[in-house]
Amino acid sequence: MIKFENVTKIYEPDMPALQDVSFEVKEGEFVSIVGKSGAGKTTLIRLILGLEKPTSGSIFFNGKNINGMNSTELQSTRRKIGAIYQDYKLLPTKTVYENVAYIMEIEGKADEEIATNVPKVLEAIGLVNKLNNFPHELSGGEQQRLAVARALVNFPDIIIADEPTGNLDPYNSYEVVSLLSKINKTGKTIILSTHDREIINKLGKRVITIEDGKIIRDDVKGRFII
Amino acid sequence: MFTNFKRVLHFALTDLARNKGISIANIFILVVTISLFTMLFFMHGLSNEIIYQMQNKINITAYFKSDTSEQDILLAKEQILKQTNDIKSIQYVSKEDAADIFLEKYKNNDAFTDALAEVGDNPFLPSLNITTTGEPQQYEKVNIILQSEQFSDLIDQVDYPQKKNIIEKVFSITSTVNKFGIGLAVLFILISIMVVFNTIKLAIDSSKNEISTMRIVGASSWFVRAPFIIQGVIFGLISFIVCFFITMILIFFLSSKLQVTLAGFSLWHYLLSNIFVIILIQFGFGILLGGIASFVVVQKYLKV
Ligand SMILES: Nc1ncnc2c1ncn2[C@@H]1O[C@H](COP(=O)(O)OP(=O)(O)OP(=O)(O)O)[C@@H](O)[C@H]1O
Ligand SMILES: [Mg+2]
Repeated sequence: MIKFENVTKIYEPDMPALQDVSFEVKEGEFVSIVGKSGAGKTTLIRLILGLEKPTSGSIFFNGKNINGMNSTELQSTRRKIGAIYQDYKLLPTKTVYENVAYIMEIEGKADEEIATNVPKVLEAIGLVNKLNNFPHELSGGEQQRLAVARALVNFPDIIIADEPTGNLDPYNSYEVVSLLSKINKTGKTIILSTHDREIINKLGKRVITIEDGKIIRDDVKGRFII
Repeated sequence: MFTNFKRVLHFALTDLARNKGISIANIFILVVTISLFTMLFFMHGLSNEIIYQMQNKINITAYFKSDTSEQDILLAKEQILKQTNDIKSIQYVSKEDAADIFLEKYKNNDAFTDALAEVGDNPFLPSLNITTTGEPQQYEKVNIILQSEQFSDLIDQVDYPQKKNIIEKVFSITSTVNKFGIGLAVLFILISIMVVFNTIKLAIDSSKNEISTMRIVGASSWFVRAPFIIQGVIFGLISFIVCFFITMILIFFLSSKLQVTLAGFSLWHYLLSNIFVIILIQFGFGILLGGIASFVVVQKYLKV
């Protein structure tokens, strides 16, 4: 589903954020990406979404080179991915409800479907009593859960989550991860980046470990080893 | 398609309602700009009227010999008209008319009327008063015809040499006024376009991150752009309505007050006879400026 081929990303000369990275994620897999702060996890995720261009190498989404897509194709690819960003990327002038509904609106979903699905997903994530609040009126953890709700609402075939539990207490972290596991069990692909040792060890799924922009381990039933 | 339009319209209206301060500031700037354009349009009408009146006051006169018969003069008039189409009006003034005009003009000045009585005989010459359609060179051309061989038996003298200077002066003033007007209009238009662009840019700049977030979650260009353009058009529409009423009310009250100062030029009349042009200017500038400025500014932030 997603394939990296010798991808190198250099922001500044002689400080590569990613170096010659190659791996493939198959449909239905649950892959965790672990690594220290600054290892290159967010860079890797931004590359999949076409937010950065690789300095060299290619990235394929369903067999199509992301770098070769025109703006229309890229936008439609982004709509197929449920992405959770480390910095949330919420729409500050829209309410909680509107933030989630927006994702369905750009997909052209019917009004009735939006009206039933949005409250459902907000219920599942525990934000149903904040429907009409703006993001700046939410706590850090609530904002993060809103970002999660937004990624789930369209039932995308793949969810890419960049530290979706970074701001959550253990209880909520567990909730989010088990939600992702449940979704994975229905056949959807999940890519999860995290520093959370406990989550990784409990999952018992494939783990890609990166250090200084290089993949140093890729274990099928991995544990958190840095 | 319709669903999408309904959605972006809803986004636009929601944003408008949530950013009342910015919306009002944008509308205010547009109102000022459109008002400037409208003022320019009225100034254009006024200066045209003044130029028209000034040029109408200019004429040259061909004085015929005292004993020329009216028939001969009218024949000469036909011949002159045949030889040129530069002439706007040509008017026959008989000896008697000339005396009447003189008496009417100086009826309160005994010295002049007494002097006329003293002469006894009517000292005035019959004449043709000629106004051309425009350029100073036309007066020169008409003068050449009048001074030519064919009329030398009839025409005593033409006052072109005395009037030459003033004719040229009037035309140089009017052409300067015209050039100045065009320059001023161009300057106004450039400045106001820049001001409107900047105001809308400031408003949209604050949505810069929001625009890039919309792109990141997969919104198409039009889905992001449309609400901003709709807002720009709504600003333009509101500004048009405000300006239109301001113009109507202001001109209605100013018109009667200024009529004397403006040499009989009625602003209100001018407004009514050009109402569609004015609506077009205000509506066009409002909506185009609002819409295009929003389009151009958003465009810059779409590249995510
Ligand atoms: N826009 C940028 N310009 C320059 N350097 C950047 C940029 N983004 C990231 N980097 C650098 O690239 C390296 C990898 O950053 P990245 O954000 O991918 O790390 P990360 O693994 O996500 O870290 P964290 O766990 O703290 O989120 C870092 O050294 C960072 O300083
Ligand atoms: Mg990161």
